[in-house]
Amino acid sequence: MISLLHEILNTIRQNKMRTFLTGFAVAWGIFMLIVLLGSGNGLKNGFNSNFGDRLMNVVQVSSWRTSIPYGGFQTGRRINLDDRDIKFTTDEFGNYINFVIGNINLGSKNISYGTEYLSSSMSGVSPNRIIVDGAKIAQGNGRFINELDIREKRKTIVISQRAKEILFKDQPAVGKTVNVSGIIYTVVGVYYMEDRQNVTTSYIPISTAQIIYNRGINLSNLAFTLNENISDKETNDEFMTSYRNRIAQRHQVSPEDDNAIWYWNRFEDYLQMATVSKYINIAVWIIGIFTLLSGIVGVSNIMLITVRERTREFGIRKSIGASPWSILKLVIVESIFITTVFGYIGLVCGVGITEFASQFFEPSSAGRDSFNAFLNPTVDINVAIQATLLLIIAGTVAGFFPALKAVRIKTIEALNNK
Amino acid sequence: MPTIINLKNINKTYYNGAPLHVLKGINLEIYKGEFVSIMGASGSGKSTLLNILGILDNYDTGEYYLNDVLIKNLSETRAAYFRNKLIGFVFQSFNLISFKNAMENVALPLYYQKTGRKTRNKIALEYLDKLGLKEWAYHMPNELSGGQKQRVAIARALISKPQIILADEPTGALDSKTSAEVLDVLKKVNETGMTMIIVTHESGIANQTNKIIRLKDGIIENIEDNSEHNFSSLGFQNIK
Repeated sequence: MISLLHEILNTIRQNKMRTFLTGFAVAWGIFMLIVLLGSGNGLKNGFNSNFGDRLMNVVQVSSWRTSIPYGGFQTGRRINLDDRDIKFTTDEFGNYINFVIGNINLGSKNISYGTEYLSSSMSGVSPNRIIVDGAKIAQGNGRFINELDIREKRKTIVISQRAKEILFKDQPAVGKTVNVSGIIYTVVGVYYMEDRQNVTTSYIPISTAQIIYNRGINLSNLAFTLNENISDKETNDEFMTSYRNRIAQRHQVSPEDDNAIWYWNRFEDYLQMATVSKYINIAVWIIGIFTLLSGIVGVSNIMLITVRERTREFGIRKSIGASPWSILKLVIVESIFITTVFGYIGLVCGVGITEFASQFFEPSSAGRDSFNAFLNPTVDINVAIQATLLLIIAGTVAGFFPALKAVRIKTIEALNNK
Repeated sequence: MPTIINLKNINKTYYNGAPLHVLKGINLEIYKGEFVSIMGASGSGKSTLLNILGILDNYDTGEYYLNDVLIKNLSETRAAYFRNKLIGFVFQSFNLISFKNAMENVALPLYYQKTGRKTRNKIALEYLDKLGLKEWAYHMPNELSGGQKQRVAIARALISKPQIILADEPTGALDSKTSAEVLDVLKKVNETGMTMIIVTHESGIANQTNKIIRLKDGIIENIEDNSEHNFSSLGFQNIK
């Protein structure tokens, strides 16, 4: 085997141009495939990052004033969602919904601890809000608002990592009390969001918010998550239409009145994005496969020419005692050697450039409104290795058949081949 | 003296379009250590005969014993084995591998005998030295003259210590001075006891050999002893 490799290395050294051309076809095919797949992944990751860890299947319902006269009422009537809408939604649409939460937006509040303070938006929430927002609480950083907080209307607060850093510096925050515009809350947890590090929103129990800030049973909005019965655009549209009608009926507003009650269906956005990224994915794979195919054709072509060119050499080798199998082995191992080495080079270059590019597309941490069009344009290494293996196999097959033909030529005819 | 080659009624027909009966019953015995030339006009079948002797081509009927082994219907692998062990070739067009230097070309038969690289290169250098080409060992074939190339080819034919050397028009591509040199080398090789068969159409070359086999239209016209080297250049001894 070592002897065979020596023989092949010798051949390669003496046929640099041929080796380079074959190698280039291979390296280029792999390189382009990886860059393409990487770009496709970059677009896809960019899309997905805009959802972050937030749930995809959330519908948010908010209310304002009517803009269409309905049921004998003038326009401009204030519509309020309240606790009864939560029960109504659960009772009527329980088949399509995992859970419903109500929220109260309390606007911006001053939170202070000792001499440190910051202005942060505050929400009254239920325990499930942590899932909807995709917030996380690290080990040892307390907990989120829980059912007991709600039931007992406790004055507890969960602040963000950023707020904690401003207020408490390096000190632990959990268990301390903060002053929110004159009302004392106990910090029970510190949360963080992976994709939005500068977020400062603070959460208090919704029941506490309703009492302290005189909201009665009113809500700013309610949100619910769809379950697996809503899986595509059709079921989603159907559900939304019927939900709209029922809520409109309940509040005596026109179902068409987008000003009175309006919806934000994150799942709809998600479906659109998913469709776009699916097509990008398909397009990238088609282009990638054709690129790979052109690499394979390139290798085959060069192997074909190479073997034709070497027919006479094979004749000489056979006349001095080379068996057909040894000739076949010579060609195939050379082919495998070249495709492997250059495939690896293409792989390394491709992965290198995608990794390099991904440095330029760091996830944005500016906040909720920032949008990533391109993120982490890298390729699953397994896909890259599979592509390289495929090309190696192609190179082997490409070398095998012409070599077999060359071997089958009678030695004397091969010798006379000019 | 033991026979090295024994041909019994060898027939060979080519079927390219119209069948062409090239060898029509060749009977021939060549003894160990002989220096033989095969002569004939083009189309007489001399190249076909040499190809059969060299196991480069097969024959239809008859029997061919090489070193007392029947050479018939061999697999390519088996044929390659016998070529490697028993036969050394010297071709008109040298047939050196262009991307290997002189030493590597000479060493190649030993590669197919699974000799290690260092050993075979060392042996190759010894053979090149014997043929006066030591300084040219690391030169590529295209840097060598015709005579040098042919001497490299002879070294390559000798390195596997074969039973016979088959030379197909070994001087056909060389000028007369180099031809004489190459022939001298072949003669010296024969003097070491190596059986040597040369195919040629040049009577000057044939006259240097000890036995001349004359082919005509696929049969052996005559075999004459030429140990006196007084063979007339036209070959019409009966008219002389």
